[in-house]
Amino acid sequence: MSERVFEGAATVRQLPQRGMITVRGDMTDLAKAVKVPAQGTVAGNVAWMSPDELLVMCPHEEVGAQIDALRAKLIGTHHLVEDVSDARAIFEISDGETLAKLCPVDVARMEPGRFRRTRLAQIACAFWKKEDGSFELVCFSSVADYAWGVLSNAAATPVAHFSG
Amino acid sequence: MLILSCPNCGELKDETELSAGGEAHLTRFGPGSSDSDFEGYLFNRENPKGVHFERWRCSSGCGKWFHAARCTATNEVFGTYSAQVTEPPQEIRDVVSAKRPGWTWRDLS
Repeated sequence: MSERVFEGAATVRQLPQRGMITVRGDMTDLAKAVKVPAQGTVAGNVAWMSPDELLVMCPHEEVGAQIDALRAKLIGTHHLVEDVSDARAIFEISDGETLAKLCPVDVARMEPGRFRRTRLAQIACAFWKKEDGSFELVCFSSVADYAWGVLSNAAATPVAHFSG
Repeated sequence: MLILSCPNCGELKDETELSAGGEAHLTRFGPGSSDSDFEGYLFNRENPKGVHFERWRCSSGCGKWFHAARCTATNEVFGTYSAQVTEPPQEIRDVVSAKRPGWTWRDLS
């Protein structure tokens, strides 16, 4: 997991590996173990992925303990709790305009806390807006170099006629 | 460009985020069916100019299937609805009837 920074019109930063846990099951069951965020949002360290899937994020060294705790709370329900940290790459993008060039999403209208699964050029990704207006984006680690390439290319130059 | 609202995740999805799943509401004819029924299930598809019902998958998104009703001539979207039905729900048919009076599609109208 290579950490790297690109400084252009916007800044793209590949962040160090983060603990990520996929939690799947009926949402009413999952609510016993985690605080379920509203549809299409991220709240605290939990993101809403689909009607039966949540993504729980934590420091990488805490993944094992988190998984044990989640599984203990979900005993007796039909569920899946799995460590997907190694399957994911995570990026921080300082400006939504960079994402607007690459994703078919109305990034300008995203509120902080909004979580959107979409495509980044040709690969699947998910990103969300943080309180400070920057974005974090996750994609599969197998395509991390591709994501890095398109993100840093898009971040290199500003889009003058859309700014402001 | 076609933009569909996924009824599973509530997002407005661009066509390029979705995978087309072909015609909706096919009845499967499998082992034991007649040759003509099986052939129809495999090969006979509507190709309408106008109202059409299709399956789509939110592939760059929540990953779930859903149904969409749209007009193939204008790309107007009448609505999207759950994948877990065998025919369009009444509210979708009402919307289509209001916008395309006299529409027919297979044995629906």
